[in-house]
Order: sequence, then C-alpha cells, then structure tokens
Amino acid sequence: MAYSTKAQEFYTAELSSTREAGLYKDERFIHSAQGADIEVEFPEGAAVQQVINLCANNYLGLSSHPDVIKAAHEGLEARGYGMSSVRFICGTQDIHRELEQKLTAFLGTEDTILFPSCMDANAGVFEALLGEEDVIIADRLVHASIVDGIRLCKAQQDSFKHSDMTHLEQKLELHQDKRFRMITTDGVFSMDGDLAKLDEIVALAERYDALVMVDDSHATGFIGKRGKGVHEHCGVLGKIDVITTTLGKALGGASGGCVSGRKEIVEMCRQRARPYLFSNAMPPVIVAAANAVLDLISRTTERRDKLEWNATYWRRGLTELGFDLKAGESPIVPVMLYNAKLAQEMARDLYQEGIYVVGFFFPVVPKGQARIRTQLSAAHEKEHLDRGLAAFEKVGKKHGVLGLGKKEIIEKFGK
Amino acid sequence: MAEELKDVVLEYVKNEYLEEDDDEEIGYDTPLISGGIVDSFSMVSLKVFLEKKCNIEIPNAKATPEAFDTVNKIVELAKEIGGE
Repeated sequence: MAYSTKAQEFYTAELSSTREAGLYKDERFIHSAQGADIEVEFPEGAAVQQVINLCANNYLGLSSHPDVIKAAHEGLEARGYGMSSVRFICGTQDIHRELEQKLTAFLGTEDTILFPSCMDANAGVFEALLGEEDVIIADRLVHASIVDGIRLCKAQQDSFKHSDMTHLEQKLELHQDKRFRMITTDGVFSMDGDLAKLDEIVALAERYDALVMVDDSHATGFIGKRGKGVHEHCGVLGKIDVITTTLGKALGGASGGCVSGRKEIVEMCRQRARPYLFSNAMPPVIVAAANAVLDLISRTTERRDKLEWNATYWRRGLTELGFDLKAGESPIVPVMLYNAKLAQEMARDLYQEGIYVVGFFFPVVPKGQARIRTQLSAAHEKEHLDRGLAAFEKVGKKHGVLGLGKKEIIEKFGK
Repeated sequence: MAEELKDVVLEYVKNEYLEEDDDEEIGYDTPLISGGIVDSFSMVSLKVFLEKKCNIEIPNAKATPEAFDTVNKIVELAKEIGGE
C-alpha cells in the first residue's frame, strides 16, 4: 500500500494538535440557496436551523437573485454546460469576449482577460509580467493568493508595513536599481476591511516609476459612487496598471476572476499566464449570468447604495454596544477578540442565537488577532441587522467583552 | 564586529517590522518568526538587508524561518556564510 502507517500517524498527530490548539475549522452544511436568511445543519447531523448570514461575500445580494438565475438558465440553453477546453484552443465563446468587454468598461481599463478565479488571476499575473531583474513590493496584509502568486514569480520580493506610505516610499527608493518595480496591494483588505490609499500609492508610483497592481475582489461592484472599486473611490480611475478581481463575491458569487488593465499587460497574460493557458475555460452558464450582473450594476447603483447604508448602520450599532472594531468604510466589519478560542466560542453562541458568523484565527489572520469578521449584504433588511445586533449584545455580555479595548481583552482572555 | 552586527540587525528588525504603536520589546533572542513578529513572506526583506550589509549571498536553502528566527541566529548564519 502506498499510504504508509508512518504518514497516516503523522497527519493524525498534526490534526490532533490543530484541534487542541483550538485552530480546527469545521464546515457547516447549508440546505438552502445563499442569501440573508439561510438554513444550516451544524454540527453534522443536527436539525436544520434558519439563521441570518453575516459572513458571506454576497455584498450586492446577487448570489441567488432571480434575474441572475434566469440569465444562467438562458446561458445553459443557448451555450451549453461546459467548454471542455482551455480558452486558446476551443474554449472561447462570444459571451466570454462580451464579458471581458463589459468588465473593461465597468472598471475603466483598456482590456480584460478572464480566469477561472481571482486566485488563478493572482497566481498567473506576476509570473507573466515580471522576471529576475524586477521587484514586487507588496503591502504586508495582501491576500494569500497574491503571496502565492509572488512566490511563483522570479522577481525579487519586498514588502511594506500595512498601508504605510512612508515605508513604501523607502522601499521604492531602495529598489531604483531594478528594471521594473511593481507595487501590489489589496483594494479592500479582506480581514481588516480597510481601504488601500490608492491615490497616495499612484502618486508614489508616478514619482518613483513603478507599476501598480490592485486586487479589488472585496470592492468591485460596490466601493466608489458607481461601485467600480477603490480606484474610483480614491479618484484614480484609469491610473491602475493591473486590477485583479473576482466574480465570486459581489458579482454573482459563483466563480471566475479576471486581470484588467493596460492593453499590453492583459495581452501578455493572454500569451503567458499559466492558469489561463492550462486551466479550463469558465463555464457558459456562469459567463451568461455574469454578463447579466454587469448589466444590472451598470444600470443602477441601488444595491451598492443600500449596502453602504447597511454597513454604516451595522458599524454604528456594534460601536454603540461597546465592541472593539477595526476602523473602516467597507461592508467588512471585524469584531476584534484577539483570542482564537474566544472567537470560536462567541461564534458558536451567536449561531445558537440565530446568527451565522465564523471565528477567524491563525493562520487566516496573524496570531493574536482573532476576530469575528462580519460582512454586510444588500440582501440584509433593517430587521436582519437589528436581530443581529441584539444577538451580539447578548453574546457580548455573556462573554464580558463589551466596553473592553484590545489591551483589556488580551489581559482577560490571553492572545 | 559580531556585537556591532547584532545591534545593526536588531535595529533593522525594530524599524522594519514594528509599528509605531507597538510596545513589544525585542532582544537578541526574541523569536521573530515563530513569535509572529516577522512572517515568512516579509522575511525576504531581512534576507536582502543581511546580504547587502555583510556582502554575502544567502542560498535559499539556508534562508529558512528557523535560521532567521532570532537576531542571534541571523548573525550566526551571516558569520557561517561570510566565513568569519
């Protein structure tokens, strides 16, 4: 047998120590479509319970929208189930091109190329564009997929303290001897919910001759007055060289991602990016639905406006209750608890109160920075939020965290 | 020489990795990577700094989280490669 006792014992021990450290992640089983209200079986075998979902990336509430589902059905009928091909062989339909053009128009760039996911876009983009003579200077809190993509590339790596423009400037000065410098950042940081200072980053890039790459996955569709993203919010539309983003969050929530930006850069990805060259084309059903989503959000800002209201209301409510929140303007609102076990226990108690959230801890966030990351959706009505706040108040009181800051929480519960 | 290098590396680590409001005390034996002060992604800056400071090239195989975990270990590695 290939699977030896030694290997099995090793992995069993690793998994046990993960459980003992309170770092084990359990799945929960959802018996409904994604939405503000969902039906959940947790733990496995338990009775299904209706709960309010406060941890989806379903920012615009489009994951189960009837218009999106209708467009998906029509796409299935018109263009079939799967392409059974990578894009460049026989995997490109007219609707793929249409979606790339719609994304280009929406994001305000010169061209766009689809990938099976933004994870794939980030895995492929750096290697396609940069080599040993270049340097990538990344914000220290960039998404894991960017870290992985940078590691796949032969360019030198460096990093700057999170959102610290002084430190970034020092790094840009340090690397003036390189051929190309690429600054890379999330647009909205997925764990903290804060926005990158893209206006300052672009100014530094212009001064020190650097490319700018932004992963706007937690922004596309709803940040900025028209929902175009953090670049719109910061007044630098048209000035970002490379944007990667996902169709798996606000833009329908199914699957898919893209690289969008300068014409030549997108063309290089089309010729060289490995996930594009070697992975199956996006299925027609998802492309058709995504086209409908782009039409919808280009036509009206109603959904992103409602999301903005929800996020403001929620953040104010939690602050007034006395929770320690990360400051920010996005619909990602982290409730800081610092201790992994505390975060998990509170998440379990909130579930008992009908609120579905998950505790986040190492390695998803740095050690000692555990939290419950709440996320708002345009699908949430005020009643959802009021019930959520009531539950948070009850559970917060039970665990004695209300009114405590970082230092007090750590003193009380440990890191 | 080794004493000076320890102080130079310690100073670099404090400036490079600590935030302004960090009240963390770092010493020559403070676990940097296993202690969560430096993650393996931003460890690269430290490697590049050490290479430039000591005029050495650290093979990737030796630039491990274990070898970079404390200021003392980092200086040891630099001495080993520099042949001191």
